[in-house]
Amino acid sequence: MTKESRPLDRDPEGGIARVASAGLTCPVPAGEVDRVLLGHGSGGKLSAALLRDQFLPHFGNVVLAELGDAAVVPVPGDEIAVSTDSFVVSPLEFPGGNIGHLAVHGTVNDLAMMGAEPLYLSAGFILEEGLPFDVLDRVIEAMASAAADAGVIVVTGDTKVVERGKADGLFINTTGIGRLDPEFRPGPTRAREGDAVLVSGPIGRHGVAIMAAREDLRFEVEVRSDTACLAPLVLDLRGVCGSAIHSLRDPTRGGVASALNEIAASSGVCIRLEEGDLPIPGPVRAACEMLGLDPLYVANEGILVAIVAPEKAGAALEALRSHPAGEAAIRIGTVTGDRPGLVLLRTGLGASRVVDMLPGDQLPRIC
Amino acid sequence: MKYLSEYRDPVLARSLVDRILGAATRPRVIMEVCGGQTHTIVRQGLQELLKDAVDMIHGPGCPVCVTPLEQIDRALYLAARPEVIFTSFGDMLRVPGSDCDLLQIRARGGEVRVVYSPLDALEIARAHPDREVVFFAVGFETTAPANAMAVWQARELGVSNFSVLVSHVTVPPAIRAILDAPDNRVEAFLAAGHVCTVMGWKEYEPLAAQYAVPIVVTGFEPVDILEGIYMAVRQLEEGRAEVENQYARSVRRSGNEPAQELVSKVFELVDRSWRGIGEIPASGLGLREEFEALDAEKKFDLGSIRTSEPEECMAGEVLRGRIKPFECPAFGTVCTPEKPLGAPMVSSEGACAAYYNYARFQSEPAGETV
Repeated sequence: MTKESRPLDRDPEGGIARVASAGLTCPVPAGEVDRVLLGHGSGGKLSAALLRDQFLPHFGNVVLAELGDAAVVPVPGDEIAVSTDSFVVSPLEFPGGNIGHLAVHGTVNDLAMMGAEPLYLSAGFILEEGLPFDVLDRVIEAMASAAADAGVIVVTGDTKVVERGKADGLFINTTGIGRLDPEFRPGPTRAREGDAVLVSGPIGRHGVAIMAAREDLRFEVEVRSDTACLAPLVLDLRGVCGSAIHSLRDPTRGGVASALNEIAASSGVCIRLEEGDLPIPGPVRAACEMLGLDPLYVANEGILVAIVAPEKAGAALEALRSHPAGEAAIRIGTVTGDRPGLVLLRTGLGASRVVDMLPGDQLPRIC
Repeated sequence: MKYLSEYRDPVLARSLVDRILGAATRPRVIMEVCGGQTHTIVRQGLQELLKDAVDMIHGPGCPVCVTPLEQIDRALYLAARPEVIFTSFGDMLRVPGSDCDLLQIRARGGEVRVVYSPLDALEIARAHPDREVVFFAVGFETTAPANAMAVWQARELGVSNFSVLVSHVTVPPAIRAILDAPDNRVEAFLAAGHVCTVMGWKEYEPLAAQYAVPIVVTGFEPVDILEGIYMAVRQLEEGRAEVENQYARSVRRSGNEPAQELVSKVFELVDRSWRGIGEIPASGLGLREEFEALDAEKKFDLGSIRTSEPEECMAGEVLRGRIKPFECPAFGTVCTPEKPLGAPMVSSEGACAAYYNYARFQSEPAGETV
């Protein structure tokens, strides 16, 4: 019997009976299903079950419950902020969170950095065949609780399933919509000479937590990802300082150094940092020493950098410190007018050096 | 952090700066051999604090920088082969070969993995018996013991799908080559603390005596380096030329003898080309004949891959300490960390990249102060 004429082919791992000649019949699960099957992306009964059993119980709200082709939502004001981000991380779960936390926090924080108040999220999932349901459940639970904390609802979504080996377990894309306040528009071009440079918490935890969790980097260090929603911090900054908040950035990929370089370049100012004031936790410093990395370039997922008019710097710090995610907020530098476009660091010894953008990924040094 | 923060103490560092400034009766030219020390000097702005008293010249001590183009091309050839898993320390990945680098090979489908230890590469070989795993064994005497251990273990365990592409170099012949150059300006050397942790400093004593040049075995933190510089300046001022040990918390005169023994069981001295400098006799380590089954050059017959160095790159002048990176016409224009012409612009330890990243503004027109 040739392969083409054989009616059924048993998948040794998935326990699923499938028709060898693709496209004729949907794969049908044999026995209890504990992981994602190709059939979950078929648009048939399995797809409906995936939505019903895995997603809707966590994301349930009246808008999503309509299950129409598009969500219909009320939008306040003349302008809205829209931001989209895709999330790929290995491993999917790491100390301090999982990809679900990142998928909500990442997009919500991007909205918040524009001064917007996050309202709605879309969520698109690309699932790899074989992804265990218990992992998927934990990711969706994390998204639901992060969304609740951020005050956003997931109003529309999508799932696709790809063959084993075509995705790293699970990819998520989220798009967020936020309400804008016409009086509060922080932006990367608005940093001015004399402004204070603040960070809301310790630097470098997310990147180091991910590196530590990756199996092929074997070193022991207890660092948890800082993944957190920054929208409440920004709401308070708006309330206390208003337009004195000139720029806000969440220093994710590329770290604090890259975020500040972008502000320095966009605003045509120099940003001067004090090395001694940088809040770098001991374990992060130790891990970076070992790996030959610079914590200033390591990713964060739960801190913000704020450029604030000098007279409001103290009030801004107090506002940040009133939140758990901002309790370690500290001033790290000052904006000056000379040497536009540069970020300079004054070392503990009193000398200065340029903190530049990286040309690519940070590569570990030999020795 | 114990044994770290005390060597970054700004008060202690400042007092050492003052002592150096007080001790030098004229500007002294000192070379730090090791790229890790270059990194600290530039990152901490030590040159700026010491100007007028000491001119630090960055030596050829970055293993990434001195790996010859030919060896990089051989690595690229191996990494592109479908049966090969090519393993390397991270900063070799962006070193440009003749037409691309290992990162681009990876993007084109080659399997290139970053490891932190050659023993991890050996583990990968054991986990993938159907693949050929090659480790890029570069570095000075510091990385040689671990690399020797991987080769030794591979033979003991009978791992036949593991091999190493060796480009090891050793420090003393490079110091001799610099001192032999007719236009040499270097008056004293800081020897690399971690190299001497393995090798000790006995082999530096004949150099100090023959060339009447002070050599100070020095660590890597700001206080270490400033103390090393102070000891070198004091020797110069007092007319002494000895080997002294600043890095006493790690280095003994005889070094780590078991490590040396292992290295000499696996490797032997060979002539080696240095990128930008050329061939230095007996300056490298190559696998001994009894380990040739583990030698990637023989296993994959790489002898036919021959590359000569590009003319326009002045890496050699920089590595020999004859020019500062920003004195090269290509620096920061056609040669940047994004598009490096030569290896010293690639590695974060490379003298050119260190200048580009941390001190670029110092080479801007006069009148600029920080």
